Amino acid sequence: MQSIQTRRSRYSRLLGGTFWMGVTSALVLGIAGCANYMTDQPAAEAQPAADLGPTDVTSVPRARFMTAQQYANMIADVFGSDIQIGTPIPPLMRSPDGLLSTSAGSVGIPGGQLMQLQRTAATVAHQVVDKGDIGKELPAHRSYLVPCKPKAENAPDDACAAKFIRSTGRLLFRRSLDDAQVAEWVGKAREGTERLKDFYAGLAGVLEGMLIDPMVLLIVDTTEPDPTRPGQLRLDAYSLASRLSFFLWNSVPNDAVLKAAESGEIQTPAGRARVVEMMLASPRLEHGVRAFFDDMLHYDLFDSLAKDGMVYSRESGAVLKDAREQTLRTAYDHLIVRNRDYRALFTTRDTFMSPALASVYNVPAVPGWAPYSFPEDSPRKGILNHVSFLALHSHPGRSSPTLRGKALRETLLCQVVPPPPPNVDFSAVEDPDANLHTARERLTAHRSNPVCAGCHKITDPIGLALENFDGAGQYRVSEGGVTIDASGSLDGKQFNDPQGLADALHDHPGLPTCLVKRMYGYGVGALTTDVDKPQLAWLNQRFEASGYRVPDLLRAIALSPAFGNVAERPAAPKPAIKTTSLTAPGSVAR
Amino acid sequence: MTHFTRRRVLRGMFNGTAVAVGLPLLNCFLNDNGTALASGAPIPQRFGTWSWGLGMSKSIFVPKKTGPDFDLPEEIEMFAPIRDKMNLYTNYNAFRDAAPNLCHTTGWVILRSGSAPLNQNAKPGETIDVTVAKKIGTTTRFPMLTVTATGDPRDTQSYESATSVNNAEGSPLALYASLFGADYQDPNAKDFTPSPNILVRKSVLSTVSEDAKKLMKQVGAEDRARIDQYFTNLRELERQLDRQLEKPEPREACVKPKLPPELATGVDHQLVSQRHRLFTDLLVMAVACDQTRVFNATYSKSFSSTTKAGYEKPHHTASHEEPVDPKLGYQPMVSWFLRRGFEEWVYFVEAFAKVKEGDGTLLDNMLIYASTDQSFAKIHSIEGLPMFSAGRAGGRIKTGLHIDGGGTPGTRLGYTLMKTLGVDIPSWGTQSNNTSKEIGEILV
Repeated sequence: MQSIQTRRSRYSRLLGGTFWMGVTSALVLGIAGCANYMTDQPAAEAQPAADLGPTDVTSVPRARFMTAQQYANMIADVFGSDIQIGTPIPPLMRSPDGLLSTSAGSVGIPGGQLMQLQRTAATVAHQVVDKGDIGKELPAHRSYLVPCKPKAENAPDDACAAKFIRSTGRLLFRRSLDDAQVAEWVGKAREGTERLKDFYAGLAGVLEGMLIDPMVLLIVDTTEPDPTRPGQLRLDAYSLASRLSFFLWNSVPNDAVLKAAESGEIQTPAGRARVVEMMLASPRLEHGVRAFFDDMLHYDLFDSLAKDGMVYSRESGAVLKDAREQTLRTAYDHLIVRNRDYRALFTTRDTFMSPALASVYNVPAVPGWAPYSFPEDSPRKGILNHVSFLALHSHPGRSSPTLRGKALRETLLCQVVPPPPPNVDFSAVEDPDANLHTARERLTAHRSNPVCAGCHKITDPIGLALENFDGAGQYRVSEGGVTIDASGSLDGKQFNDPQGLADALHDHPGLPTCLVKRMYGYGVGALTTDVDKPQLAWLNQRFEASGYRVPDLLRAIALSPAFGNVAERPAAPKPAIKTTSLTAPGSVAR
Repeated sequence: MTHFTRRRVLRGMFNGTAVAVGLPLLNCFLNDNGTALASGAPIPQRFGTWSWGLGMSKSIFVPKKTGPDFDLPEEIEMFAPIRDKMNLYTNYNAFRDAAPNLCHTTGWVILRSGSAPLNQNAKPGETIDVTVAKKIGTTTRFPMLTVTATGDPRDTQSYESATSVNNAEGSPLALYASLFGADYQDPNAKDFTPSPNILVRKSVLSTVSEDAKKLMKQVGAEDRARIDQYFTNLRELERQLDRQLEKPEPREACVKPKLPPELATGVDHQLVSQRHRLFTDLLVMAVACDQTRVFNATYSKSFSSTTKAGYEKPHHTASHEEPVDPKLGYQPMVSWFLRRGFEEWVYFVEAFAKVKEGDGTLLDNMLIYASTDQSFAKIHSIEGLPMFSAGRAGGRIKTGLHIDGGGTPGTRLGYTLMKTLGVDIPSWGTQSNNTSKEIGEILV
């Protein structure tokens, strides 16, 4: 039995030191009304560390509908990025764990959406077999996407059709089609060819069908008995290949990964390790990493974001598009290309700059995207000071310390700030008098209401430190003629400017544990629950030991037993995140 | 009397293959006031919804007079041209019972589904438009269309089930492509040649359906239900293809609209208005050309985020932060935003009323149901909710009335409209929102 001291020591290590333990305790005890919003920290009792993680933890087998980006990546990877698809799949609703992608395991496909998918399938199929147009410099896709030429273009050719169906079907279905399946599709190709008097049109009909086949559009976790754990289940080789591929690449497995599934190699520890290393080294990793951060950082909101042109004349649609791109580029470069500490993403001055963004940052512009480093005396430091975070979490015509503070807690620290109770008295939040010039003055007035104060205390001191940046992310020193006071605090750490906030966030123990939680949930495609705590605790240890290197975390998740071992769970799992009840006496005026 | 009024069988030859397609059309799908299209075919019923966010400013919204010729207070004075084509319903309640009052959600969910949601992520299930579409939307190319003037596909109030959302189309251009793109068949075209691709498509669908069946055996109960839904929708897709094999009835009012422009992203009120009008015009022709008989249109989402250039707060923020002007007795900017929405409602109704059909207008043969999320948004009130309807459902509904609901369930309007459209249900809604009492004042 472990002593209390031993357990405390381990807990302390997991949380990053006694300082943060004390801070966390103080926060939990000190904020009435919003005290229990905090994320459950990893349990003190972690599983004994195994090389690859706890062996008795499992994930849940699910059927996930492909997301819009996964569908787009699949088409691009199988047929090429010049195939146009439109937007056949709408964005998902965000699930309670803060990710869009984990709701893919519970959404249904209504009839209207299936019709849209069918129309897209027809368009894609038509393009794949088109014969191009030299005059318009359009390539003949059929010449390289169909691996053979039919004996005659107006008659069936079962052998050639079978060749296309086997090779393309394998990539789309993410497993080899058996002979009966191939025969079925070849029969359909023959029928279509005879009816339309066109071999390629017949083939297009088959491809159109495949592209709305639920076995293609659903990522189904199929299982098999686990020989190493009698009586228990694991993903079969193909499902494991798919899970790895959608996790690391946000797309379908390629030929090499499928070969490892077909041979069974992927089910051996060494084989799986080889496959994971190959995937981590692939250029497709960039798609996967960007997709994860796009989801985690709520960048889907950019799709409907616009700024008030009368207030922020420089903030065009091009600027907002580039703002999203800037942070994603920075994240990929920092975390993967340079393999730097995840926490330093919030303090690095290295980024990339585009001409459109240069006008907002007020820095010299060079054509295209170019590496750029904010100088040491710049107020910009880390991705919190990027236009993306600052503009996304503001109002169209003004900044919002509350929205920024809430976003930081929810997206980066996995905490939940409760919504205002429905019957809150907003009289203290009404338009203040004209003598209040700055956001700090206005929010101080708001916080005079004890009902609002509970939650504003946990958001505003963070957001106020970013007030040197307006609602478009442009730097400013004053508001309403008054010099901005950008001092603030984050869970007990005080600072005087945005750089100080960046440092405090860098040192916050919730920052890496939140990434671990989100990334694991993203990888297995499901909400994390109490059942996952040992797995998360182990991953937290590994992440810390690696110096918070994301490639190591990706590897640790992908190779962990829980990633491939599956078991159904009782209905309605209890979320690992605790939130206050809706009747909590806190309110956040946004 | 309910019987098959026609059963058309098309027999044709496509590349040597015989085709036989039967399309039953039931009496209950048609109006019964004797009106007909120029072709002699009976006029079908149509149903639409329209939604706006953040309720009303009660003191300048609720007319003093009930019944016909009701007065039009300041906030709705723009209703004058359509007053006799619509009904205004005030003082109806949504009851949350033991469920929490989820800000900007509970109200509209009750009015659209009849039940109070337990949390933001779990809607109670099928919404009224889906129920009606199952009744009257089964014979058109699109069983239902859903659009949003906000541009965000997630701004929808249409659910097939708790987790199956009918996302909205946010781009008029994309809606145009779906409606009037390559697969569109002009009902007034002299010649009709069904595409042989349709038969190929149908044939392949049988393989796809078999795969869906196989998949159902491989997954757990929860996933099975979702795949079963997919399978059902595949069958519906097959029926859609069948319909494309038949020559459509001529539609006198149908004119293929012009290609709409591509719009910028954003919810500035002028942009929203532009998007709303483009969508409206497309929906009018979608109905006139009988591409659909059921549709949903969102002007602003429940958390209306509409903005006004130069005014720093979006509508929702203003609803909470703008004080009630002591002299005026309402929130001036909040009312300004609401009025922009009500102007769009007028455009919407007039657009359908401008199209001639049979002896009347398209609107005469429609029912449009409009609802919101709150009554007084500042305090998230769901008591005293306002609603509108427009159209006469082929002469079954009276218009030009202001009805005071007296605090009775708002679900009564949805129930009344569903019954009018032939949805045979003894009651609608759960717990305190359950009702079997129609709003008798509007029934002919």
